[in-house]
Amino acid sequence: MDISQLVRVSDYEWRIAPFGRMRVPAVIYADQALILEMDQKVYEQITNVAMLPGIVKAAYAMPDAHWGYGFPIGGVAAFDPDEGGVISAGGVGFDISCGVRTLHTGLKAEEVAPVKQKLSDRLFSKVPAGMGSTGRLHLDAGEMDAMLRGGAQWAVKRGYGTAADLERIEEHGCMAGAEPDKVSEHAKHRQRDEVGTLGSGNHYLELQEIAEIYDSEVADRFRLRQGEIVVSIHCGSRGLGHQIGTEFLKQMVIAAPGYGIQLPDRELACAPISSPLGQDYLGAMRAAVNCALANRQVITHLTREVFAEILPGTPLDLLYDVSHNTCKQESHAVDGQSRRLYVHRKGATRAFGPGHPALPGDLRDVGQPVLIGGSMGTASYILVGTEQGMERSFGSACHGAGRAMSRHQAMRQWHGSDLVRDLASRGILIRSPSLRGVAEEAPGAYKDVSAVVDASDRAGLARKVAKLTPLACIKG
Amino acid sequence: MKDLYWEHFPHQADMGVRGVGPTPAAAFEQAALAMTAVVTDPGLVAPSESLEIDCEAPDDELLLADWLNRLILEMAVRHMLFSRFAVVLDGHRLHATVWGEHVDVAKHQPAVEIKGATYTELKVSRTEAGAWLAQCIVDV
Repeated sequence: MDISQLVRVSDYEWRIAPFGRMRVPAVIYADQALILEMDQKVYEQITNVAMLPGIVKAAYAMPDAHWGYGFPIGGVAAFDPDEGGVISAGGVGFDISCGVRTLHTGLKAEEVAPVKQKLSDRLFSKVPAGMGSTGRLHLDAGEMDAMLRGGAQWAVKRGYGTAADLERIEEHGCMAGAEPDKVSEHAKHRQRDEVGTLGSGNHYLELQEIAEIYDSEVADRFRLRQGEIVVSIHCGSRGLGHQIGTEFLKQMVIAAPGYGIQLPDRELACAPISSPLGQDYLGAMRAAVNCALANRQVITHLTREVFAEILPGTPLDLLYDVSHNTCKQESHAVDGQSRRLYVHRKGATRAFGPGHPALPGDLRDVGQPVLIGGSMGTASYILVGTEQGMERSFGSACHGAGRAMSRHQAMRQWHGSDLVRDLASRGILIRSPSLRGVAEEAPGAYKDVSAVVDASDRAGLARKVAKLTPLACIKG
Repeated sequence: MKDLYWEHFPHQADMGVRGVGPTPAAAFEQAALAMTAVVTDPGLVAPSESLEIDCEAPDDELLLADWLNRLILEMAVRHMLFSRFAVVLDGHRLHATVWGEHVDVAKHQPAVEIKGATYTELKVSRTEAGAWLAQCIVDV
């Protein structure tokens, strides 16, 4: 990105004053090196977002921002329905509520080492991954609607997990206001056999070791101890979310002129929150959030079944479950006044600070666990939400490394089998149905997640708590 | 330069698919082939089963996105890959017959599952050489 177009506010905050049709400024949180690496498209996209009706305060780009669809990936924007604010299908994205959850094993690395291979093989055979894979559950119309209404609460009622899990999921495992009636038959058809499947691309299930602790007080509260093993699951709302995104994007593009909305980019397709189309999308999008929560809950259950076979007695309690691609109604203080806003986070993690009423009771005084997934073979991080983050980015932080190189380039540069061998020699087992998929997800194709996490920490969006390094990765 | 081909073009996170042909319909067919190639080598996909697809949109570009999204839907719900396409365009209406086979993980080694065809870099236009081009980014 051309840094001369930005005004430096601090080492980690850069601002673009409104010009043209921008209604508010755009703010990028990153250090100079990350800004210089960012695609120029991020500048274009974040300034486009600032043009949307009813946007409040600013359009924000997180330190991992990269070229997305309409919104940059790593984009955050809040809208006020009383000021003509909009909801954007493009601003939420195709993989609605894609997210990460982390489970404690309570086991030391040396206890897991002798069975690592067996665990990886069993997890790979038990958790369906990759294109064309189907889950154990096959939902009829009634169960589909119950799942879309209930989310992880539905899964727990069906025996996939415990009530304690729900406390550690955003929205307590169930997004209110979901309307399965607003979800098309095509979308439901696409999901019928896909509950409890990982998907593909950058989705994974990983065994990770807690390699470093940065904040021992918070780590204690999160029950993170150096040398212990955790399991992290990264996936989303599968075919259902993709189909909802596809269908509403088209409807919003066609309807926008009728609402008097001039779209700077068709991918920013949106509708007024208060309009019938906006309300329909909200109902469908919330159903997709529930689908993602149910999906991660069922995969958690499958993971627990594998551990029960190989390492019986492993608790696998849930630390937390975060979503990356959402639009949520939240209260935020703006110029000293509390306002109900619709906060879009596209490739950004909710990161609520201490005292927020949405947090689980036993973590409320500490802040929200913010789970940042790395790419295959690289570190992941756990951070905690901060008070400054609430003011600076509507309680949002980065979500991962972001790609540095296209899939196309990665495929030319690496061979899947070489990567699997190299990573194995470093003690990282890869299990995937597709060697080409592994090549496209090569660790070298991603930016350095550590730089992104450091910038989030220094910008005050969320504070570093622990670093996780991978031992085994099940890839879709 | 050939006037009937497909290719991929880079996007930072995902993949661009581009079809070029002497007519818009041929460009749409080639774009579909480019999309299959995001997942696997189209040469590995036997055209053993066929199905019919119809779609309609307000303009050529939205019609291209619709066409690719219908294929993505059929790939997902039928667990199929497609390698042969016969497209007929009538204004902003499309009718197609497509041929393919069921996904065989060992044979096709599917690299990724496609989530959707996006409106990013979405274009249906004539090239300087007079051929038709149809392209967009697909989210994987």
